[in-house]
Amino acid sequence: MQTLDFQKMENIERSTSRKKTFYRWLLFITLGIFALFYLAPLYVMIITSLKSMEEIRQGNLMTLPGEIIFDSWKTAWSGREGIDAGNVFLRPFFWNSIKMVVPAVAISTFFGALNGYALTKWRFRGDNLVFLLFLFGCFIPYQAILLPMARTLGLLGISNSISGLVLVHSVYGLSFTTLFFRNYYISIPDEMIKAARIDGAGFFKIFFKVLLPISAPIIVVTVIWQFTNIWNDFLFGSSFSFGEAAPIQVALNNMVLTSTSVKEYNVDMAAAFIAGIPTLLVYVLAGKYFIRGLTAGSVKG
Amino acid sequence: MFYWLQKNLPKIAIAPSFAVILWFVYGFVLWTFYISLTKSKMLPRYEFWGIEQYFRLWSNPRWFNAVDNLLIFTVLFVAICLLIGITLSILLDQKIRAEGFLRTVYLYPMALSFIVTGTAWKWMLNPSMGIEKLFTDWGFTDFTFDWLVNRDMSIYTIVIAAVWQSSGFIMALFLAGLRSVDDEIVKAAKIDGASLYSIYITIILPMMRPVFMSSIVILLHISIKSYDLVIALTAGGPGISSDMPAVFMTQMAFHRSEIGLASASAVMMFLTVLAIVVPYLYSELRRQDANT
Repeated sequence: MQTLDFQKMENIERSTSRKKTFYRWLLFITLGIFALFYLAPLYVMIITSLKSMEEIRQGNLMTLPGEIIFDSWKTAWSGREGIDAGNVFLRPFFWNSIKMVVPAVAISTFFGALNGYALTKWRFRGDNLVFLLFLFGCFIPYQAILLPMARTLGLLGISNSISGLVLVHSVYGLSFTTLFFRNYYISIPDEMIKAARIDGAGFFKIFFKVLLPISAPIIVVTVIWQFTNIWNDFLFGSSFSFGEAAPIQVALNNMVLTSTSVKEYNVDMAAAFIAGIPTLLVYVLAGKYFIRGLTAGSVKG
Repeated sequence: MFYWLQKNLPKIAIAPSFAVILWFVYGFVLWTFYISLTKSKMLPRYEFWGIEQYFRLWSNPRWFNAVDNLLIFTVLFVAICLLIGITLSILLDQKIRAEGFLRTVYLYPMALSFIVTGTAWKWMLNPSMGIEKLFTDWGFTDFTFDWLVNRDMSIYTIVIAAVWQSSGFIMALFLAGLRSVDDEIVKAAKIDGASLYSIYITIILPMMRPVFMSSIVILLHISIKSYDLVIALTAGGPGISSDMPAVFMTQMAFHRSEIGLASASAVMMFLTVLAIVVPYLYSELRRQDANT
């Protein structure tokens, strides 16, 4: 209905005023130009990855590949056969990132939910101060904790390992996840908890049986937020790991930097795209939750 | 005993996380602060040396250069992101048919890592095969675009890529803000004969004050922490022409064996963030209190 009315309105506008049509076009053209600006790097990345180096040298950024070849993708993912040392390819590091992301997201999300629940439904003296101390953790520049963290990982014997990175990401994700769940649970009526308590349910039973079942939206938001941040992290990855234990962003950067004799831009672009696919997919499939996480994670904290 | 346990279960449940935060955030910041007051080079040394490292830091030309770059970057990054974000949000607010699609397009760079962004832009800005070649192929034979390898311009390439990545986010924040404006106000102003342009400038944008505040805080925060993008795009170069404080810090910490100096620079970054965030959080929380 609304769209019909809207179209009718637009029709009236069109017939009454040419000026308005002109502005309408100007509006669309401006929006279109911006859309091209944002899409251009993605377009360039994809078509460059599908060209041969020969074609890249002959054409320019925008020319479509004459012949589509997937060789660069193969090289970026699993390397070239019988090639020299220093040949970096992404496959093992992609799995490193998965092995790092899954536990880190699970741990930080679970404890975030528990903290948010305890902070909102079982108020205690000083709970606001506790929350504030959590909240501030969202803001600290990680440079201020890099050196002691490196030492701690060393003392624990997990420096340069996936477990080390899982620990780091779980710890520094806690502030965000606690914030997300706290802001979600604060809007859930206390009556639900009171009713369950009268029925004799305790702290954990209420958490698992009453609150978690209605937490699906915020769990999705939190998981997506944590996944994107941890997958995209470079600072922790590059500071606390090298060689075989590196996550994908570190490997991508190494790959682009360590060029053998000839720079292969098509392989670089294929690698960049591979490293970006998981988060892009999440964005395309669950954009709504992604945006909600962005605004919740940044505006309020 | 059981009763005590039950009564304190919420506190016990939150205690491990809280302890972790106290140790890994506050404890570590204090440790870094203390190390910045010592002579530590490659390994931490704990005898007190006063604020000597801060003197060393602020008389270090490389640090000055990094701070300089950060200022240039921050001013441009914040200003351009706000300009583009606000413009796009207002344009999108005009009941556009393809709004959902356009919004998705404007915001997708936020899903990519700075390393992916940097890699893509590094190729596009390639002085001989990138945008420069594109324009010469299109007939602008004198066109040169070598910012990536030009000492005077390299910092601006970081601005370009960072704006590309983050401006869509500001658009989303402002669009959400615009959507919460009461339609009646706009209608009333229209009846009074105000033009759409003046309605936005004099009525709606001033109402966006909180969105401005949070956008600026977010953008400042991003820019102070900029590290990945610099590494991927220019690695601070050519030379140190696009160096930034975060890059300086990791260089000193992990490559130059100057952890005392690195800690001093980290403390400066920390204090800068503190100066921005604490007033913001304070006003945010007061606003929330006022609302409830």
